Amino acid sequence: MSNLTRRSPRIDATPWLEALPAMTRLSFRGGPDASAAAARGFGVALPTAACRANAVGPRAALWMGPDEHLLLAPLTDSAALRVALAEALGQTPHSIVDIGHRQVAFLVKGPQAEWLLGTGCPLDLDLGAFPVGMCTRTVYMKSEIYLWRTAADVFHLETWRSFTPYVVDMLIDAAQELVA
Amino acid sequence: MLVIECPYCGARPEPEFAYGGQAHVARPSEPATTTEDELLQYLYLRDNTRGLFRERWRHVRGCGRFFNAIRDTTTDFFVTTYKVGERPDLPGVGA
Ligand SMILES: [Zn+2]
Repeated sequence: MSNLTRRSPRIDATPWLEALPAMTRLSFRGGPDASAAAARGFGVALPTAACRANAVGPRAALWMGPDEHLLLAPLTDSAALRVALAEALGQTPHSIVDIGHRQVAFLVKGPQAEWLLGTGCPLDLDLGAFPVGMCTRTVYMKSEIYLWRTAADVFHLETWRSFTPYVVDMLIDAAQELVA
Repeated sequence: MLVIECPYCGARPEPEFAYGGQAHVARPSEPATTTEDELLQYLYLRDNTRGLFRERWRHVRGCGRFFNAIRDTTTDFFVTTYKVGERPDLPGVGA
């Protein structure tokens, strides 16, 4: 993520943030039949419960809407995944859009992660209200973000590429309070 | 902060939502025989209800879906929300 590092040089110097490598991101749309077929090709069940994610190894399926899932996989899986999904889905009506370059992912982590996101995210991020495995689109300050809690003190956060410097800088500004 | 119940995601904060105007405004089904008055009504004329009002909302910074709500326009209180295609009856609420 040289691009991210160049535009937000402070991200890797900040203990609360960790840049993630580029990855394969597919926006999957389809009904229950298509979701079940996609799961066979993807190797991870697509969650039917709202705002929940399933992860198997480095792959994950995130519920984004009643007929929408975000599929995450390592960048090197991209070509093989395309073939596997096409085979599994056959003629079942669906839509797959590669949004790998649209978004940038990084982690917000540590015992202060919940507090830090709370400076700009209006959701209740308490572990009881936003448990491990919950994911959703929401906002941080004035930008849309994707938020997925992968551990009690680790959040996987995605932003649209051009919004990343804004989100990162706002998080780092908020984190100044932790330094003081 | 105002909390709105998305029919798909549950209770969520208002900044995630976008207002979508009056609900249940049906497009005339037969364009060839639709009169100018009917088109005028469909395109431009909306109720300006004081009190309980059926309106569209979209959970744009969430699941992205449109849904309908019954909201009191004098108090901003959301009585209920429901999925597109549904139409719960409620005393005192018109079409
Ligand atoms: Zn929703």
